[in-house]
Amino acid sequence: MPDRYDVLVVGAGPAGLAAAQTAAAHGARVGLLDAQPRPGGQVWRHDVRHQAPRAAREAIAKLQGVDVLASHSVVAVESSALRVETAEGGRLISYGSLILATGARELLLPFPGWTLPGITGAGGLQALTKQGWPVAGKRVVIAGSGPLLLAAADTLRKHGAQVLGIYEQAPAASVHAFARQLRHWPARALQAIGLRVRLAGVPYRFGSFVRRAQGSDSVQRVDIDTPTGTQTVECDLLAVGYGLVPNTELAQLLGCAMDYLGPHPHVGVDRLLRTSMGGVYAAGEAGGIGGLAVARLEGAMAAHIATGHSVAAHALAPQRDRERRFGALLARHFALDPRLHALGDDSTMVCRCEDVTLGDLNGFTDARAAKLATRCGMGACQGRICGTALAELGRFPRSGARPPIFPARLATLAGLTTLPSDDAYRGS
Amino acid sequence: MSAQVKLSVNGSLVEVPAGASVAAAIAQLTTQFRRSVSGTHRAPLCGMGVCFECRVQVDGVAHVRACMTPVSEGMQVITDA
Ligand SMILES: Cc1cc2nc3c(=O)[nH]c(=O)nc-3n(C[C@H](O)[C@H](O)[C@H](O)COP(=O)(O)OP(=O)(O)OC[C@H]3O[C@@H](n4cnc5c(N)ncnc54)[C@H](O)[C@@H]3O)c2cc1C
Ligand code: FES
Repeated sequence: MPDRYDVLVVGAGPAGLAAAQTAAAHGARVGLLDAQPRPGGQVWRHDVRHQAPRAAREAIAKLQGVDVLASHSVVAVESSALRVETAEGGRLISYGSLILATGARELLLPFPGWTLPGITGAGGLQALTKQGWPVAGKRVVIAGSGPLLLAAADTLRKHGAQVLGIYEQAPAASVHAFARQLRHWPARALQAIGLRVRLAGVPYRFGSFVRRAQGSDSVQRVDIDTPTGTQTVECDLLAVGYGLVPNTELAQLLGCAMDYLGPHPHVGVDRLLRTSMGGVYAAGEAGGIGGLAVARLEGAMAAHIATGHSVAAHALAPQRDRERRFGALLARHFALDPRLHALGDDSTMVCRCEDVTLGDLNGFTDARAAKLATRCGMGACQGRICGTALAELGRFPRSGARPPIFPARLATLAGLTTLPSDDAYRGS
Repeated sequence: MSAQVKLSVNGSLVEVPAGASVAAAIAQLTTQFRRSVSGTHRAPLCGMGVCFECRVQVDGVAHVRACMTPVSEGMQVITDA
């Protein structure tokens, strides 16, 4: 495998797949890398028991001429090059242009009992299930917010789970208003109808959220706040996720400027997906939550621009703008209820890596001071879970990314030609 | 799709479909993957490689994310729970 590409794409979800294919079609030498063992990203994650949707199979089949670098995690950046870790060791891959298609993760918020085994994200349980996690016959409660709850329920049922209910925090009026708007996006309306039909018989409750979970070795019961009072449900698994937040760590490390939607950053781009750093583009969820259609369009646009085909990129922009408006609609109608910010009490764990409770953080107003005093955010996840949650809770913003952005072996780091300076650490 | 892979989890033989994750293999046996710094049991949370709650030992290598690692025949997995 060469160590230099004209176009290097990070993230093999729908955005990255479209980018790689488009850049290769323009004759560029393209590398497509992803930390996951298979291409597909989140929505097109490989399912061990069910065939992938046709669009996914086609997107993956069209990768001729692209070097697919699976199980490659980007851990650090150098001048026009990425330091990557694989099972075999560290590698430096340089590029002419870089397309960031790093996607999104779930927003997970602390509540009493949330560290019990058997409690996962909603998309999280969907991902685990596709990779063979045993759910057949299990009683599952799905909660949180957004259309992903329905997609997760659908996957779980296909794998034989008994979905006891889907609890959406947004009020009924808001979800119904969202559903009415779907008529402007016929493809999504169809998708939504299909989901509702397949999920017929599964209760879908609004204005409802998990207040706490209990169990001994793993989750056994959850208390759910509903508009008509608290309900206790016995279950084997609880899947709860509050929507998505973009993965921006790599972009931040590269020095790309961020934009914010509420407390959470996304990569700032212009209309043609150029970030503030020359030769670096961002496509898909990394540039703000927009869903599958946005990801595919932007992946293609970014590759057109990166290979000097701006007319082709401009031609896709109006369609992309339209699909981006769907993201805005989602954000508006599934805005989080402020009561979700107060689910945890002083004894609720917030940093799961270092076992720091919300009470331990009382009095701290910035991430760095909290980190120095309590180790909050210093563990393996590097604040991806707790830092994002604390930002959402309005405690303090997450500190900036610093290398390595994923824990890396010393051997990989030893290859770094520019070690992070003390200033970089102090400034974080 | 029907091919099965056999591996060992804490010394017990486990069989899962080819392409499954180590996390899925462990879950056939136990819900407890690791112990936190204060000693509570933990298991996968995010399912996608960001939370590190699923860390286990795979073929002698510690701190491997079980959700990101596909199973292979004869693999030796040890949880820390
Ligand atoms: C858990 C989860 C489940 C979802 N399920 C659905 C669903 O069922 N239906 C639906 O319509 N939408 C779903 N979504 C929404 C999803 O974000 C979009 O539909 C779509 O997948 C976005 O495409 P993307 O290409 O922008 O990013 P993604 O599909 O998220 O792809 C990004 C890729 O980048 C890789 N990556 C990130 N950082 C690095 C790094 N530093 N080094 C190497 N690789 C990296 C990731 O491993 C990932 O594969 C889900 C989201 C999540 C988080
Ligand atoms: S479950 Fe989160 S990293 Fe594996």
